[in-house]
Amino acid sequence: MAVRRSLIAVAIAFMTLFLVLPLIIVFSEALSAGIGVYFNALIDPNVADAIYLTLVIAAVAVPANLVFGIMASWCIAKFDFVGRNVLITLIDLPFSISPVIAGLLEVLLFGLNGLFGGWLSDHNIQIIFALPGMVLATTFVTFPFVAREIIPLAQEQGNDEEEAAVTLGAGGLQIFFRVSLPKLRWGLFYGVLLCNARAMGEFGAVSVVSGKIFGQTDTLSLAVESLYESYEIQAAFAVASLLAGLALLTLVLKAGLEWRHRDEIHAVRRKRSA
Amino acid sequence: MSATIPARRWAWRKPSILPGFAPSLAITLVWLGVIVIGPLGVMLWFTAGLGWGGFFSIISRPRVLGDLWVSLSTAFLASFINLFFGLLVAWVLTRYRFPGRRLADALVDLPFALPTAVAGIALSTLYAPNGWIGAILAPLGIQIAFQPAGIVVAMMFISLPFIVRTVQPVIEDLEVEQEEAASLMGATDFQIFLRISLPAIFPSLLTGFALALARCLGEYGSIIFIAGNKPMVSEILPLLIVAQLDEFDYQGATAIGTLMLFVSFLLLLAINLLQAWVRKRHGG
Repeated sequence: MAVRRSLIAVAIAFMTLFLVLPLIIVFSEALSAGIGVYFNALIDPNVADAIYLTLVIAAVAVPANLVFGIMASWCIAKFDFVGRNVLITLIDLPFSISPVIAGLLEVLLFGLNGLFGGWLSDHNIQIIFALPGMVLATTFVTFPFVAREIIPLAQEQGNDEEEAAVTLGAGGLQIFFRVSLPKLRWGLFYGVLLCNARAMGEFGAVSVVSGKIFGQTDTLSLAVESLYESYEIQAAFAVASLLAGLALLTLVLKAGLEWRHRDEIHAVRRKRSA
Repeated sequence: MSATIPARRWAWRKPSILPGFAPSLAITLVWLGVIVIGPLGVMLWFTAGLGWGGFFSIISRPRVLGDLWVSLSTAFLASFINLFFGLLVAWVLTRYRFPGRRLADALVDLPFALPTAVAGIALSTLYAPNGWIGAILAPLGIQIAFQPAGIVVAMMFISLPFIVRTVQPVIEDLEVEQEEAASLMGATDFQIFLRISLPAIFPSLLTGFALALARCLGEYGSIIFIAGNKPMVSEILPLLIVAQLDEFDYQGATAIGTLMLFVSFLLLLAINLLQAWVRKRHGG
């Protein structure tokens, strides 16, 4: 009993030090000069622009990876073919690649000296140091998020119901929308939730391809950096508190989903740890 | 004349009555090619363009080797420390019931959800000499922020959930009967953990370690604010790539990017081999 108590105590102490304190200091620093100053920092038009840019990036990257995840889960989970495991490994690749490299890749492709740089500048199209580059880099970084949640889930669920639907004469799209999609619903939501959190918060990849002009090519994460580097610490934490709020909301939704669907989630996690 | 059943020819996929294989595979491959494989191929192609000589002259620069050492040593140390704390947290959350357990369990994922820049400025403020934690450590002569130790702290923060979440399902699946039997035969709790539980958990710990290590090596946002960023002392390799890009040294950035890719590939391969060996030995 004594062992159990001290193990719990050490674990709680560790989590408080490493997880709770960083969260508390964000809000404490943001509100350090009072609530008025806090809101003043947030109504800055540059912050509004950063919020807009962050939302636009997520609004492109998340649906793109959602559609990809659905396609990948269909061919990988419903069919058995040579090279399937290689394909899964390749989809997971962006997880083990530094976000900075993700940004570098876009520079090598679309930068002035990049592969398509000459053609792009001839046609007056700017990708690097502009929105398209930031969207591409974010899409790279969040690439596996939806796919890796729903592939194991779809594999776990098997094909019996889909095969029954085929023998009853259902068409492909009918099977997908009436049988498969409803089964995957919460897995999709879960994947989109995590994908969105990363897309809105991504820093390294976006930082490399952004022009870093506060108010023009700064996302919320980049605005945090800009403000912090120019010693506007309180304003930096005020913007950071928005992102921390998003993170907390993500965790609450995630915990809720996990509570409702524990059995399936455990099955998926077990598959992954094996 | 005897009738023979025609042997089924080898096929690259098992037959299925479900529709949609070709289009879904095609879209998957094209999208994977355009977003991930193609760009990576371009980086490797640019690296090949440097030639062996050019590549080696870049990656043997003292600053590159020094920063590689900083990245590798801090990532190993942080992942190693988290093996213990990650296992502890996973064990406590799975095995024990105490008030606030579900809240603590949800909080484990905070480093996944919290944007890295936010984590970076929060940790930097906490551990700075005048910060909440830094001020306690400063009289003891311990400085964490703007030192290599700061890099380790940031890496521990971001990699914790990788180990906890990999180990947790395995602890859930452990058969309590074995432990009870050992306990009846007079084994101490510690013996039971070391001889029965740990061997079963070990392969998943290795998986978690590999995931944590990969994340630590690549991490950028949460580290740069707390690291100090002194070349060859407290500068990580991803930051050096950014520095090269800022100086428009694209060749340098490309070569270092390829180096990082190979280093993480080799490490993951080594850990996979180690894991296969452990599994074989324990007959798992």
